[in-house]
Amino acid sequence: MMALDLSQNKHADVSYEEKERLFEEVKADERWHHVLYGCYECGICVAACPSARFYDFSPRVIAQAVAREDIDLIYTLMSDSIWDCSQCFSCDRCPRQNSPGQIITVMREVAVKNGLQTAKDALQGYGRIIYKIMATGSQVSPDMLQPDAFPDWGTHVYEIAENLEEWRRALPPETLHTTETGWKVDQKTIIELYLIWHMTGVMDLIEGVDEGLFMILVDVMEERLEEAGYDDITFD
Amino acid sequence: MIHLPVVKATDRKFEADPDNAPTEDIREELFQLEKEGELEVIRVPDNYIELPTKYGRMKKIPVEKTWHHKSCGQCGHIPGYSTSIFWLNRQFGLDYYDPTDQTSCTAWNYYASATSNPEAQAAVAIRNFAAADEVGYFPLIHCGTSFGHYKEVRHALVHQHDLRRKVKKIMERLGKKLVIPEEIVHYSEWVLAMKDRIAERQEIDMSNITATVHPACHYHKLIEEDAIYDSEIYGAQRTAIVTGTLQALGINVGDYSTWFDCCGFGFRHILVSRDFSRSFSVQRKIEVMKEEVDPDIVVTHDTGCVTTLDQSQFAGRAHDKKVGLPVMSDSQVAALAMGAHPYKVLQLHWHNTDNKPFLRKLGLDIDKQWAEFQAEVDLIKAGKKEYMTWEDADK
Repeated sequence: MMALDLSQNKHADVSYEEKERLFEEVKADERWHHVLYGCYECGICVAACPSARFYDFSPRVIAQAVAREDIDLIYTLMSDSIWDCSQCFSCDRCPRQNSPGQIITVMREVAVKNGLQTAKDALQGYGRIIYKIMATGSQVSPDMLQPDAFPDWGTHVYEIAENLEEWRRALPPETLHTTETGWKVDQKTIIELYLIWHMTGVMDLIEGVDEGLFMILVDVMEERLEEAGYDDITFD
Repeated sequence: MIHLPVVKATDRKFEADPDNAPTEDIREELFQLEKEGELEVIRVPDNYIELPTKYGRMKKIPVEKTWHHKSCGQCGHIPGYSTSIFWLNRQFGLDYYDPTDQTSCTAWNYYASATSNPEAQAAVAIRNFAAADEVGYFPLIHCGTSFGHYKEVRHALVHQHDLRRKVKKIMERLGKKLVIPEEIVHYSEWVLAMKDRIAERQEIDMSNITATVHPACHYHKLIEEDAIYDSEIYGAQRTAIVTGTLQALGINVGDYSTWFDCCGFGFRHILVSRDFSRSFSVQRKIEVMKEEVDPDIVVTHDTGCVTTLDQSQFAGRAHDKKVGLPVMSDSQVAALAMGAHPYKVLQLHWHNTDNKPFLRKLGLDIDKQWAEFQAEVDLIKAGKKEYMTWEDADK
């Protein structure tokens, strides 16, 4: 296992002011006041953490770094460790009511919003999932069950892929006869979802982290939005 | 010498007192905001059953008029999970709604990639709630992560005026109201609430079965006070969900030391870093269950948990790990107990780990049942039938 380099010099090319700006953005999040109250250093969060067992990762280090406002260390963690978190929130067992998992949620969001290279790296290979959820309204679809995508799930994936169309038709609920989405989603519903992505700045966020994906999404959305009568999707 | 009384952990009884709960009752806040004209509350329909939550507050679980908020992973990869929930509703003749005006909660992606924000997440939630309200039904959430996430969204909307204002504006643009359900209800709470009615109609004896239960993290760790606890089950020291249902069916539930651990799903890990998911699932869950209990089956109540615990065992075999435990949801086990077809309803051919020994132990003629399902598929393949219907499923 590669040890996590927590030295201050790891990201010496990034100015202290820039690191501080990012941390200020983390602290400006509404959730900030409800996820960190100090740290007993008891280690309960580490004991409960699945990622700590398999990665050089520690929710305690996260909580302590942000509590001490250690700007360099926070940037190092934001550039690496935060993507190891399982987001199971087992660390919510904290006797001080800290939530290292929630702190990480906010840090990840800031990393993505600012287009940090490490966020781009962490999301490599994940673009098709983002596309699926944003474009179709359900995250995984039956046609994703392909042997090349899940080689470690064994031979039954071949069987599913071979029989996919008929096995989906052999599902009694009428909404489940789909293969490209988890269930049948109305056109009107998809349009409303697209409008939400536009109105809440999520499209801007995608543009910052994956321009190629952004362009594909815009292509798909524009056509459907125009069909639905939305020529101008600029919102104030 | 001072003699202190020694109380064994098993002798302790946790008496929940809702009047001294350490957390607020979010429902009171909701109704107050409704009075102030900030939002509208979707009431639980009249036909409901009350179950106790962690601090003793009673939670209303609607029996019918339920709007089924489906799960991405269940519908996409383990569709017998949701089919079993619908089948149970149909068996009891209950009025339910399976919507097409529903999106994912999108929280799986949010926890995996952070490519969203609280405003978007709340807007997606409220759009779905509004869709349920518009047709006069009450949301029943199939996915554990959707359930946990929606509880957090509700909490944020109640406490953050600015977020409420932004989401209200978005809803106005969509021609919808800002509506929040009085209770956020997970389907497994509905199954638990219905356990006695399910047991009354039980056709398959399950008293020779031992199970281990994995409680889903996002069910009982997010907004923990809103999970079901029962002093008769684990002394209310952990959630009663799933275990209470299985015990009502006569199943022996075995305890194991890593019950609190997650399944290894990890949100992003199960999709792009599965080495972690596989290792954790096999080494911290399946192997421990096998060594400490050696159950016939693992039962859980969430999309990611069924997927991870089931699919990860294939690779475990290659490493001579102690694997080979079939994994199902509580809805599938409940439906099976009531005589549902293992392939037409439970759709167990979508699962990975061999479940045939478990089914045979129950006395089922699974070769015949597989042939019955295959006959339906053959008719579809031959173009003689477009779909298998509910009536076909019950033949």
